[in-house]
Amino acid sequence: MSETPATAEAIAAIIASFIATLKELPPESVTTASTFDELHMDSLDKINLSFEVEERFKISIPDDALNSLRNVGDVVAGVQRILAAQQP
Amino acid sequence: MERVVITGMGCLTPAGNSPEALWESLEAGRSGIRPHIPADNKLDVGLDPILKFKNTGQVQGFQTSDFNPTQLQTTERCAQLAIVAARNAAQQSCVTQHHPADKIGVILGCSTNGRLADEPEVVRVHRDNGRVHPLAIPRSMASNGVSQIAIDQQITGPSFTLSTACASGAHAIGLAFHMVRGGIITAALAGAHEAPLTRVFLRGWDSMRVVSPTSCRPFSADRDGMTLAEGAAVLTLETLASAKARNATIFAEVLGFGMSADAHHITQPRPDGPAQAIRACLEDAARTLKATDQTGTMQSLLEEIGYINAHGTATQTNDAVEAAAIAAVFGPRAPRIPISGTKGFTGHSIGASSAIETAITALALHHRRLPFTLGTTGCDPALDLDLITASPRAVPGEAPIVALTNALAFGGLNAILCLRSY
Repeated sequence: MSETPATAEAIAAIIASFIATLKELPPESVTTASTFDELHMDSLDKINLSFEVEERFKISIPDDALNSLRNVGDVVAGVQRILAAQQP
Repeated sequence: MERVVITGMGCLTPAGNSPEALWESLEAGRSGIRPHIPADNKLDVGLDPILKFKNTGQVQGFQTSDFNPTQLQTTERCAQLAIVAARNAAQQSCVTQHHPADKIGVILGCSTNGRLADEPEVVRVHRDNGRVHPLAIPRSMASNGVSQIAIDQQITGPSFTLSTACASGAHAIGLAFHMVRGGIITAALAGAHEAPLTRVFLRGWDSMRVVSPTSCRPFSADRDGMTLAEGAAVLTLETLASAKARNATIFAEVLGFGMSADAHHITQPRPDGPAQAIRACLEDAARTLKATDQTGTMQSLLEEIGYINAHGTATQTNDAVEAAAIAAVFGPRAPRIPISGTKGFTGHSIGASSAIETAITALALHHRRLPFTLGTTGCDPALDLDLITASPRAVPGEAPIVALTNALAFGGLNAILCLRSY
């Protein structure tokens, strides 16, 4: 797991890059404040994002946590929280 | 009953990515069969050394650059071919501008579904005990192509995918024809699409020992099997009245559709099944003529058929059974009906093949030139057919040409369409 980014900024950059590619948006337009509504991300897009995040960070996002995500910052915080809980 | 005509075509085939390009290949004797280039999906790189054949028919230069991100995310090549073929058919006919959205159907055949999406996931599960991508399900659905077309073109009428192996395209066009003729809808985008050339698919067919080690030669005495391919063809079908009202180009009229089941064997055909479907098709065509105040009967149609586009897979069994079926229906006239098999140009794209061949038949009627059987120098003397070889055959004069296009599928599912020049 040495390649796992530790900082919120690094996690946010990875997520923003994926969303920008998915939705064909300029990378700088996706910020932690961007909501999924603003990004026109539907339920399938969110499922797609969650799969990529789980694969990239080797984590598992519970269904109830997934349903509560509203913006990119929520995802970043959630990833950090799960990674921290996995620390020995 | 309404008369039904073809006013648009989208063709993505190894021998050309438009009706015009396909027709040029048919005229020039240019085959789309080439050494196979495996899909670049990291699981299937390099030629498969196990295969006893090297050639397939692949659609060249296919582009999805104008797809939106959602389309790119939720499709694989099979559905992508359908989307583009349907766009081209609709664009040529302007069908969506002239029919209400709920009166247009999207009816496609597909036999092998989204294998290019499915197979990498299977490998990940069984080799790596990995997870399956959540979009693998919509990407690999057999009906994905139809749904994507409906979304892409905002068509809301009856829309579905059917699957009858190598007859899928003819069944789809035939049912669409019946629905337009019967007034359920006023237009349809109908055809088939297939992108099956994965390593599993190719090895499976190799194991069945029905693939030519060189290239398919329909109805030749030395024929040694089919050539596998991918492709799509979508036709715009609509009422003659709507086509005439806006002076649309009419490629051909659809007169009849017949189908049958051999009820015999899952891979071995027998002649009575396709013969029954040909008779059913001619009876259906006679029904069209009678209901639309045109002259003609089943008997007159038996005398009028002036071209048959054969299923012609170039296996020993298929071609012999198809010839026997034609002989059973047409009797002493069978050896005098011009016939060709065009899979030497396009390869055999399974469910899509009969849609592509319906497009070829419509083009032949439109140009009054019958395509030849590429790869075959002379007809197997045992089959007694007027096989068109070496070059296309012009049909002089202006008298209507009535043609059949045959589809004989694995499992004995037969579908025959009757078209007439317009």
